Amino acid sequence: MKSPSTDRIQKTVLLQAQRARVWRALTDHTEFGQWFRVRLENRFEPGKSTSGHVTYPGYEHLRFEVQVERMDAEHDFSFRWHPYAVDPEVDYSQEPTTLVEFKLEAVSQGTRLTVIESGFDKIPAERRVEAFRMNDGGWTTQLENIRKHVDR
Amino acid sequence: MSTASAFSAAQVRDAAPLFAALGDRTRLRLVLRLSGGGPDSIAGLAAKAEVSRQAIRKHLQVLQHAGLVRGQRRGREHVFVLDPARLADAREHLARISKQWDDALGRLKRFVEG
Repeated sequence: MKSPSTDRIQKTVLLQAQRARVWRALTDHTEFGQWFRVRLENRFEPGKSTSGHVTYPGYEHLRFEVQVERMDAEHDFSFRWHPYAVDPEVDYSQEPTTLVEFKLEAVSQGTRLTVIESGFDKIPAERRVEAFRMNDGGWTTQLENIRKHVDR
Repeated sequence: MSTASAFSAAQVRDAAPLFAALGDRTRLRLVLRLSGGGPDSIAGLAAKAEVSRQAIRKHLQVLQHAGLVRGQRRGREHVFVLDPARLADAREHLARISKQWDDALGRLKRFVEG
């Protein structure tokens, strides 16, 4: 059996909503921010970047930034970002990004949305370790527990 | 991440050297240092830990044997990095990001269908 790729994630979801509605939820920066939980300062525009503060509880200190690649109305929307940019002190701008693509397809029940995030294999290994700090109950908590223990 | 009860005998056996390696304050500090600050040299680690280079070298060897850190070159310098493969497999990272996407798409679904 072929082992699953470590380079990409693909998700498909069926949304009971018109394709135009889904497109707006994805590409209107304020609507995007409501479900993605980020307060974006600028609109999405191909070739340009937009950023803002994360509104997800516990992660408000983080900034979210994307560089828009494509906006093909009601079909394709894609951007690049730094998937493990979890440390406000680190400048990630020179590091490889992953590509996030949203693909929309009208179906009888509504809209089939596919999300593909690819390019993980190029992300430096140290960044992957850092990603654990984003997760409660993972190494974040464990390392914090250890830290408290050894610093006592 | 699996729960404690889900560990098999083999996993416990494999994990024993790992925990032995971590069962020392200086080594734990080294792991934390590499986790927080990225790759570092023996000299750099020794300075921050206020321990001799010789001691740091020995501790790094133990951590290396447990597969927790590995050496690599950075320019002309020999540095040590935390080995993410030991801390977690690449697929486990993807599983987490995958879960984050599931959550985000769930919120999108409620947003457009609501």
